[in-house]
Amino acid sequence: MRTLVEDYDIVVVGAGHAGCEAALAGARLGLNTVMFTVSVDSIALMPCNPNVGGSSKGHLVRELDALGGEMGKNIDKTFIQSKMLNCSKGPAVHSLRAQADKQAYSNEMRKTLENTPNLTIKQGEVTKLLVEDGKITGVKTYSGATYNCKAVVLCTGTYLKARCIYGDVSNYTGPNGLQAANYLTDSLKELGIEMFRFKTGTPARIAGNTIDYSKMEEQFGDERVVPFSFSTNPEDVQIEQKSCWLTYTNEKTHEIIRANLDRSPLYSGMIEGTGPRYCPSIEDKVVRFADKNRHQVFIEPEGLYTNEMYIGGMSSSLPEDVQEEMYHSVPGLEHAKIVKNAYAIEYDCINPRQLYPTLEFKKIKGLFSGGQFNGSSGYEEAAAQGLIAGINAALEVKGQEQLILDRSEAYIGVLIDDLVTKENHEPYRMMTSRAEYRLLLRQDNADLRLRKKGYQAGLISEEDYQKILTKEEQIKTEISRVEHTNIGANKEVQTLLESYNSTPLKSGTTLAELIRRPELSYEAIKPLDKERPELPWDVQEQVDINIKYDGYIRRQLKQVEQFKKLEAKKIPTDLDYEKVGSLRIEARQKLEAYRPISIGQASRISGVSPADISVLLVYLSSTK
Amino acid sequence: METTIAAISTAMSASGIGIIRISGENAMDVISRIYRSKGGKKKIKEVPTHTIHYGYIYDGEELIDEVLVMIMHAPRTFTGEDTVEIDCHGGVYAMQRVLDTVLKNGAEIAEPGEFTKRAFLNGRMDLSQAEAVMDVIQAKNEYALRSSMDQLKGSVQKAIRNIREKLIYHIAYIESALDDPEHISLDGYPQELLEVVDNEQKEVKRLLKTSSDGKMIQEGIQTVILGKPNAGKSSLLNLLIGENRAIVTDIAGTTRDILEEYITLHGISLKIIDTAGIRETKDIVEKIGVDRAREMAQKADLILYVVDSSVPLDENDEEIMEMLTGKKAIILYNKTDLQPEIQPEILEEKTGHPVIPISAKEEKGITELEEQIKDMFFGGEISFNDEVYITNARHKAALEEADRSLDLVRNSIEMGMSEDFFSIDLMNAYENLGKILGESVGEDLVNEIFSKFCMGK
Repeated sequence: MRTLVEDYDIVVVGAGHAGCEAALAGARLGLNTVMFTVSVDSIALMPCNPNVGGSSKGHLVRELDALGGEMGKNIDKTFIQSKMLNCSKGPAVHSLRAQADKQAYSNEMRKTLENTPNLTIKQGEVTKLLVEDGKITGVKTYSGATYNCKAVVLCTGTYLKARCIYGDVSNYTGPNGLQAANYLTDSLKELGIEMFRFKTGTPARIAGNTIDYSKMEEQFGDERVVPFSFSTNPEDVQIEQKSCWLTYTNEKTHEIIRANLDRSPLYSGMIEGTGPRYCPSIEDKVVRFADKNRHQVFIEPEGLYTNEMYIGGMSSSLPEDVQEEMYHSVPGLEHAKIVKNAYAIEYDCINPRQLYPTLEFKKIKGLFSGGQFNGSSGYEEAAAQGLIAGINAALEVKGQEQLILDRSEAYIGVLIDDLVTKENHEPYRMMTSRAEYRLLLRQDNADLRLRKKGYQAGLISEEDYQKILTKEEQIKTEISRVEHTNIGANKEVQTLLESYNSTPLKSGTTLAELIRRPELSYEAIKPLDKERPELPWDVQEQVDINIKYDGYIRRQLKQVEQFKKLEAKKIPTDLDYEKVGSLRIEARQKLEAYRPISIGQASRISGVSPADISVLLVYLSSTK
Repeated sequence: METTIAAISTAMSASGIGIIRISGENAMDVISRIYRSKGGKKKIKEVPTHTIHYGYIYDGEELIDEVLVMIMHAPRTFTGEDTVEIDCHGGVYAMQRVLDTVLKNGAEIAEPGEFTKRAFLNGRMDLSQAEAVMDVIQAKNEYALRSSMDQLKGSVQKAIRNIREKLIYHIAYIESALDDPEHISLDGYPQELLEVVDNEQKEVKRLLKTSSDGKMIQEGIQTVILGKPNAGKSSLLNLLIGENRAIVTDIAGTTRDILEEYITLHGISLKIIDTAGIRETKDIVEKIGVDRAREMAQKADLILYVVDSSVPLDENDEEIMEMLTGKKAIILYNKTDLQPEIQPEILEEKTGHPVIPISAKEEKGITELEEQIKDMFFGGEISFNDEVYITNARHKAALEEADRSLDLVRNSIEMGMSEDFFSIDLMNAYENLGKILGESVGEDLVNEIFSKFCMGK
């Protein structure tokens, strides 16, 4: 039988947030790339919450943008509300979150993909990976067609053997009723890849015109919106915004849930997948936090194209009739009509410890993966991995050095290192507490941290690169000027200090010392700073933060120095651990299975002790 | 830059001299801070390499000891790094004070096997020795880990666990609020945290004081009493305790088959462990006791083997005598009040250990036993487990670091910093306290967040 055969450099499987970034990166780096999706109408679909960003996830998007990814630009074009979270906290935890118009988001991304040279979009299900001598050579689709290629990036999201469940109803479909991918798992297993089964869920969507908003608190966006992308002109995002609404569950809601727990598939054992603890269903919350008599419920618009509202905080897999009763018990939702039921979804994903930090499979050269397929959760986590996997697939095809971000360089580095190094048995979500050097990994300096890396990889233009070099220089010069500008205890100074309730000066000091006072800032002391040059706002922001938190930042930089030393000590990936005498058995087995690329990574594997690390160091230096 | 490390490199006993070794880039800085020559004029940093200098060790203005200091610049040293050796007076107390002073002035306590590891990594050892070096590192670490937990008093462990529990709860609270600001508010929280920090820091400081007094760990010569059932082990123990009413503590975790007591003999601390009588047995409970006795004997610094002189030797005695091989031991020829069935000379010949006739019942021979122990200790034959002091130094360093971190938290609160700054130093304190228990942080925080706080979506 004759079948279609085509040749590409890179095949990307999946067109969700990871797939889009991977495909764009591959094509933009000049490689002939094809992207497969079960439905071209579901490109960059947001099957769960209608927002991008949020605490620590906002960081991921900013970093991805700095590296040359698309998500930041796309949400800037399609958001309908935006908020900087944690504004009252330190700069390290400020985080952007935007409500998206889901349809617009999807359409804009599709447009971008369609207009990218070297990129082909195909509707079709990839069913088999073709591997020869431990190296990927292509894929086969359901139709029997063969696509030869040099690298594959798997971004199958929640589609592998997907099953949607509520009550005793279960459908073998992907999210939103889309077709599941039922064959690829078997092909992966045949290749010796270890699979996990994870679970997640989504709340109901309710018709907006059946909601009584007068019983809810209105939640506005920020007055002055900050764009996600470093390339977006801030003036372009000052648009009219849509509101979200806040209401609460109550004892009655909880009673309804408790009375019907036996009908929940989670408690009846019908669901076998492992669900995330950070994103519990409402029935989970009621059971696990029984002392709380109410939970917050956020009502968020799905977009401008529809009146459907997302019921944040009330995801569930209870039966349809219980859902109806439960939602109706919430103030403002008494007469609400459910458009789409809440459901839980189960899917196959991999044990990500089978990947190198480049997101390439250790066992199969040229095979990369990203997103929920790697056991993460969230659009932002997916996009970030998709970008890195896409870049590395392209770099490998080109024979260039791979891109690895470490834990001191980016949240993306933390995300990937956690996935490939730590044991994790639930969908992984980014959190700011996972980043040990978070004072350095701020959303405001993502461009300063990563533009250069994006430029080296080939996704950032010369012009943008030059811009960042100029910015760096301006910041350095201004910090040095402020540190060295003395200021006397004159009347003008004392008056200004008084107006900020700041202790008057006893003797002269520097401008920097004043900025370090919690009640003052770079902006506040402007009247005293006669020589201050005109500088862009983002340069001023960096000067302020760097001076203000100097002590804290310096301490973290010192820790990073120690950290980097261990990261720099590389371990050959073909090391025979059997030959390393004196390793404890547990450590030997773990090292054998994980194959860390550096002493640093090895030291983060649970079960590997400091003594094992010393032993490894001695062994490596004896075999040099 | 590698850290500068220090450790005691002679046995911790009442020997004549002790050597403290310092190695690393800052070794010369450390010694120049604490060394003074007799005339006070010598600049120790400027003396030629591989020379010896007479002088004093000072901690600030306090004279610690009279010493000889050997200055050796890299690379011709054991570790290949700048190295200083301080020959100080022997004896537990003197050595510990010198080491404390060194640690206070910029050195860190060496990890087990670290000198050897550095020597190897700096190319000061033959590559063929790699295997041996790895074995040393692993063995020393295992030993240190085990003795660290063995030595840590139950009450201290509990206190540390309590502090850690409080700290992780508050870190998780802050972090949950940062991750989910719309669900969890931090209004008015800094004041609450300040109180928590105050309380927990008080605890840390209390523990620090305990560790300075050397009371955090159970020290003393590990002395194990062995013997067949009814040989008179317990009477001996009671006698020793009765004569020396210096019982230090009772121990949590003492099982019914092993009894531990602390006594002081002529200023020498003994940790005396009574064991189950050793005999062939099918009784499971009794067998466990016997196995434990064997285990204790292996760890012992000194074994007191009590022999009932009124019954002939049998296979059980043979077994006990086997446990004595390679150990320091004293044979107690008990029940001299009864008709003897064995001769003391035979015992001495068979075991090669000194034999002292006693009668626990008539309280005879105890003075002779005490004299014997004293002679062995001051003659340097038996010694403390060196690791005890090293462990204590490590614990202290960790507590000090935790204490400093809590200071930083308080500082941040008082300066009106935002909450995200607090959790960084709280975590540091948590991590350091964990080192004492041999626990790493792992996923503790994430687990605490998810189990205690209800997060969004």
